[in-house]
Amino acid sequence: MSFDYDKWLRPGKLPHIWCPGCGHGIVMKGLIRALETLQLKKENTAIVSGIGCASRLPGYIDCCTLHTAHGRAAAFATGVKMAKPEMNVILCGGDGDGTAIGGNHFIHACRRNIDMTYIIMNNMIYGMTGGQFSPCTPTGAKASTTPYGNPDPGFDIAKLAIGAGASFVARGTAFHANQIDKLIVEAIQHKGFSVVEILDDCPTTYGRRNKYKSVIEMMNRLKDVAVPVKAAEKMDPEQLKGKILTGVLHKQDKPEYCQEYAKVIERAQGTAR
Amino acid sequence: MEKKLPTIEIIEKYCKGCHICVEFCPKQVLEMKGFVAAVKDLEACIKCMQCELRCPDFAIKVTA
Amino acid sequence: MAKKVAFLQGNEAAAQGALYAGCKFFAGYPITPSTEVAEVMSAELPKVGGKFIQMEDEIGAMAAIIGASLTGVKTLTSTSGPGLSLKQENIGYACITEVPCVVFNVMRGGPSTGMPTGPSQSDIMSAKWGTHGDHPAICLVPASVQEVFEETVRAFNLAEKYRTPVMVMPDEIVAHMRERIVFPEPGELEVIDRTAPSVTPDKYKPYDTSFGDVPPLAGFGSGYKFHVTGLNKMQDGFPTTKAEVVQAEEERQVRKVEGNAADIMKWEEYQIDDAEIVVVAFGSSSRSARFAVNEARKQGIKAGLFRPITFWPFPEQRLLEISKKVKAFISPEMNLGMCAGIIKGCIEGNAPVLGIFRVDGEPINPGQILDKMKEVK
Repeated sequence: MSFDYDKWLRPGKLPHIWCPGCGHGIVMKGLIRALETLQLKKENTAIVSGIGCASRLPGYIDCCTLHTAHGRAAAFATGVKMAKPEMNVILCGGDGDGTAIGGNHFIHACRRNIDMTYIIMNNMIYGMTGGQFSPCTPTGAKASTTPYGNPDPGFDIAKLAIGAGASFVARGTAFHANQIDKLIVEAIQHKGFSVVEILDDCPTTYGRRNKYKSVIEMMNRLKDVAVPVKAAEKMDPEQLKGKILTGVLHKQDKPEYCQEYAKVIERAQGTAR
Repeated sequence: MEKKLPTIEIIEKYCKGCHICVEFCPKQVLEMKGFVAAVKDLEACIKCMQCELRCPDFAIKVTA
Repeated sequence: MAKKVAFLQGNEAAAQGALYAGCKFFAGYPITPSTEVAEVMSAELPKVGGKFIQMEDEIGAMAAIIGASLTGVKTLTSTSGPGLSLKQENIGYACITEVPCVVFNVMRGGPSTGMPTGPSQSDIMSAKWGTHGDHPAICLVPASVQEVFEETVRAFNLAEKYRTPVMVMPDEIVAHMRERIVFPEPGELEVIDRTAPSVTPDKYKPYDTSFGDVPPLAGFGSGYKFHVTGLNKMQDGFPTTKAEVVQAEEERQVRKVEGNAADIMKWEEYQIDDAEIVVVAFGSSSRSARFAVNEARKQGIKAGLFRPITFWPFPEQRLLEISKKVKAFISPEMNLGMCAGIIKGCIEGNAPVLGIFRVDGEPINPGQILDKMKEVK
């Protein structure tokens, strides 16, 4: 049965701004299916983003939406969540927004383990400004500011999140569309800071500079490079060379920030037991 | 018993012509007609919904 | 019953003023010389069910108070010069999205790290023009510990009333000195809360100008859902590049402050009526100026003090009126002439403006001002 996306979309906002073949729309659909699965209340759900192509996502969804400054989504969202812990707070944005200019806010949101879900669309480039290299652009790749190839090593967003203290970390791809909503559902259900990295494509500013002849070639790369964590357990290092693990990569029970602060209030008021 | 065919609705004003639905349909149900996707062979559709799931532009609705 | 009296530091009074105004959320980052505000808030807020968070940086602290304010609570951050520079990005965001919040900034020497423990009055232009683009600015400059308390309460009121960030900016001397303070009783000072929407959620628009220049602001999580963006926006909150809409919205954002300047401006006139020399001074400099005026009067010099308590919007009209009947203005300030320049800009050349400019981390003393008065012919 066709899924009713219209129920969650603000009327009159489509077509969206993303380029032909950009996976952000696929991710947005995954998020909408997750919201529907969980039956979240629109007026009790905040979707917060920074700046960039992926950060335009909240404008389309009929919830409390906050399109903030470049890299600052996690900091704004922390204010929303802490002031109103009963709200569901979901963040979204791109790799440059989240791990370069927003890197500090990102790692500290992970460290606090505040109960929010961050969907990072990693297309390995700054798309909106025309294709400059990001902290996730592979070494050697071409970007508008690496005409001789990228000298920088890249971040592994999932490892970064785990290292910084996020208690749920998952990875999917825009090609594996039917997995996206399932990962987001599990992330939102998890109590603590959850990160869902979606490997994405930017045919316009990354693909054409890096010898991808079409959207399809970029999608095929996502298809080929992804290995589910379960499958990887049975593979040897040689077979895993150049592959990227997908699925739930890390899950851990640990104290959640708003709950910990509630204890601070109890102690301050002398009502702690 | 006669096979019940699905309906595949393509919203042309949303379609940006990325080819994803056409290329990854396991049964070659879809094709490009000019700049937008179109149904070529509805009978072949196995209702796997991958075209709807992968369409970045909210332009395909498959009703089984 | 006798009122509660205490011997408090300016920074502590700011925190107490914020609590009196109903502040329920504080986000900050450690910085000299304003850290005491955060320390008091960390202890007091949880007692009243409020929230305190120490963020990873100044930018994040500013972002967090805007996010929290969008859920309907009154929010505060505190900082000093270098922190103010960092916060400017999101101060602009609060201006364009019209989210009430209060920024308490203690002025220390600058630029850059400058003199962290030395007083200064050099952030006044930053308060007006620090963030890029056209935007409204409200900035209050208290001169005593009692006034820090009262002006912090008023800052919350103005933020809520006009849906805009408001800055309270004592210099380091006012922030760190200890004075007797008499706590107002609850209800004694006016406390204003933002106007809640009068329409149902389906009819709500966050920038609906049919309600005037300051449209009601709903809170996230209160049954209303809407979009907030730092892009130029339409009445429904969604981005636009439509020329006439952008022009009208930008003008309204500035007009809601400039057009209500009479309500926002506050100043003190001391011995002005027959004054031939008027000292325009604020913050700790105004305390030296008052002493100098008293001394001058004893010596037969007709001097007076004009003390802005609201720095932005600046009392241009009143100074223009005064300028028509005085021989000279004196502007003693802990910067290299920022306020003098502003005074010159509004008095149409009616009188000379003599400056006493100190950026050496030392306060301006009454003797300097008295000497300057004697230079006036």
